[in-house]
Amino acid sequence: MLSDADLAAIWLTLKLATTVTLLLMILGTPLAYWLAKTRSWWKGPVSALVTLPLILPPTVLGFYLLIFMGPQGPLGKLTESLGLGTLPFTFPGLVIASLLYSLPFVVQPIQNAIEAQGQRPAEVAATLRAGPWDRFWHVTLPLAKPGLITAAVLGFAHTVGEFGVILMIGGNIPGVTKVVSIQIYDHVEALEYSQAHWLSAAMLIFSFSVLLALYVLQQRKSAGGWRYGP
Amino acid sequence: MAPNPIKNPTGNQINPFTNPPAATNTIDGRFYLPFARGRQQTDFLLDVNFSIPASGVTGIFGPSGSGKTTLLRCIAGLQPCVESHLRVNGVTWQSAAPQATNLPVHKRPIGYVFQQPSLFPHLTVEGNLTFARKRATQPVSVEAYEEIVQLMDLGGLLDAHPESLSGGEQQRVAIARALLVKPRLLLMDEPLAALDLARKREILPYLEKLHQSLDIPILYVSHSVDEIARLADHLLLMEDGRIRESGAAPALLSRTDFPVQLGDDLGVLLEADVIERDAQWNLLRARFDGGDLWLRDSGEAPGERIRIRVLARDVSLTRTEDTDSSILNRLPMQVVDITADKDPAMVLVRMTPRATSISDNRGIITARVTRRSQDALGLAAGEEVWAQIKSVAIVR
Repeated sequence: MLSDADLAAIWLTLKLATTVTLLLMILGTPLAYWLAKTRSWWKGPVSALVTLPLILPPTVLGFYLLIFMGPQGPLGKLTESLGLGTLPFTFPGLVIASLLYSLPFVVQPIQNAIEAQGQRPAEVAATLRAGPWDRFWHVTLPLAKPGLITAAVLGFAHTVGEFGVILMIGGNIPGVTKVVSIQIYDHVEALEYSQAHWLSAAMLIFSFSVLLALYVLQQRKSAGGWRYGP
Repeated sequence: MAPNPIKNPTGNQINPFTNPPAATNTIDGRFYLPFARGRQQTDFLLDVNFSIPASGVTGIFGPSGSGKTTLLRCIAGLQPCVESHLRVNGVTWQSAAPQATNLPVHKRPIGYVFQQPSLFPHLTVEGNLTFARKRATQPVSVEAYEEIVQLMDLGGLLDAHPESLSGGEQQRVAIARALLVKPRLLLMDEPLAALDLARKREILPYLEKLHQSLDIPILYVSHSVDEIARLADHLLLMEDGRIRESGAAPALLSRTDFPVQLGDDLGVLLEADVIERDAQWNLLRARFDGGDLWLRDSGEAPGERIRIRVLARDVSLTRTEDTDSSILNRLPMQVVDITADKDPAMVLVRMTPRATSISDNRGIITARVTRRSQDALGLAAGEEVWAQIKSVAIVR
C-alpha cells in the first residue's frame, strides 16, 4: 500500500496543482481575453510564447528556469537581494515553473471560448448600456464558462502530471519538491515495483477520471471548445 | 474619452462641452467611412449627411450592400468613423475636433434591435429583460415593465431559455429588451430579415403597435418595400454608401423615378379614410385624394385613416369605362406624364383624377403598361383615361 512518503508526495502534488490552477485562472483569463480581442501586432509573438511550453522539451524549459532563477540569473539576483534566497529546489520555484509549463492548457480553452462568442454579445450588452467591466463580468465570462471549466481541469491535471521540469529545478526533496511523478521514478530506480504500481495506478485512475468527466461535460454543453487534449 | 454626460432633473442628458442645443427635434448626422478589404483601394465608402425628424418611424431603405446597417452602427457608436458628427435632439453625441466628443455606445440613450435576435443564451427571457431594466437610462417602474411585456406578449415566456423559443418569439424578446433601457432613439436593423414569411406576419403587428404606443423616434433599416410601406413615415434612400433621397415616405414611395430599382414593387402609397363598410359584400369604401376605392373589409372602422398601396402592375387602362369588367375600381383619370420603364417593353403612366388640376399632383396613381398598348390607345400627357385597379393592399 501507500507509505507515508507516498502520501506526502500526493499531498504535495495536490497542493502544487491547486495553487498553480488558481494562479493560472487569475493570470490566464485576462491574457486569454486580450489574445481573443486584440488586433495588435503583438498577438503573434505573445501567442507563440504562450504555446511554447507545449512543444518545448520540459528539460529545456527547466534548464533555462534553473539558470534564470539561480544565483547568477536575473530573477535569482533579485530574490537574493530581497533576502528571499534563490527559488530552485523550493516550493515557490516549482509553482513558477509549473505556471509557465501549464499556461497554454489554461489560456487556449479560455481564448477559444471568448473568440467563439464573436463580437455580438459584447455589442448587444453595450447597446443595453453595460460598460466595459460590466460586459466582461456579466456577459463575456458567463458565456465562456465551459471554456473556463475546461481550462481549470486541464491546468490542474497537466500540473499533476508534470515530471521533467520538476526534476530539473525541484530535485526530490521530500515534502518540499518531491511530487508523485518523482516519487514513482524513485521507486522504480530503487526497484520497489509494488510501491510504484500503487502510485502509478492512482495516477492512471485520476487522469482517466478527469478526462472522462471533461468529455462528458463537453458533450452535454457543446460550447467553449478546446483544440487539443493530451 | 468622452466627458461624462450630466443628467438634469428631467433625465435628459446634457453634455457641458457641446454647443447650446439648436434644433431639438431632429437627428442630424454626417459620417464618412472608407472601408478597405485587403490592401488595395477603397472597396466601400460610407459618405452620408442627413437630417431627419426625431419622431415617428424613419425607414432606411436600399438594396443589400448599400450601407444601411453600417449607417445604423455608426449612429449607435458601434462603428468607429473617420469623420463623424451626430446630434440628436440638440445633444451632440459625436463630433470632430476642436470639441471632439464621442459618447461610447453604453452611454448613448439608444435601444438597438439586431437582425439576429441575439439574446443572451446564459439568461432566461426574464433574465434578458432584467439585464436591460437594471441598466435603463431611468428607473423602469413595475407597471412600465409589465406594459412592455404585455405589448410584446411575453407573459408566458418569461421562464423560458432563449434556445427553446422560435425565431419570432426571440425577436419579440429582443425588441422588449431594447425598449426596457428606456431609449430615446430606437434603432432596428432589419428585425424581420432573419424570419420566414409566417414569422414576419406574426411580428409586424407588434411593430405597428410599437409605432402607435411609443413616442420615441425609430430608425428602421430594411430592404423590403412592404415593411417600409407599412411602417415608415419618413424615408432615407441609400445606394452605394450614399443617401440618394430623403423625404416623407408616401411621397417618395409613389414616385416613378424612384432612385432605387423597385421593379414589380413600383407603385403608389396613398393615405385614405374609411367612409363606409358594406356588410352585404364584405367590402370597405375608402376615400383618397383621387376618389373612392372599394377594398376587401379587414375590420377597419369608418373614420379610420388607412394607408393603401396600389402597385403599378395592378393598374390597367381603358379609353372608355368598361362596365362589363369584374374590376370594381374604375377611376376617371387624366395622364400627367409617361416615362420609360427599365423594361424596354413597358412604360409608366402617371395620372391624376380628372377633378383635380394636373399641377396639383394629388391622388396620383401610376400604371405600368406595355408600350404597344400606349401606342394602340394613343396615350399621351393630358389624355383622359379610365384606370382599372385590380387590387389594392391595405398596408396599415
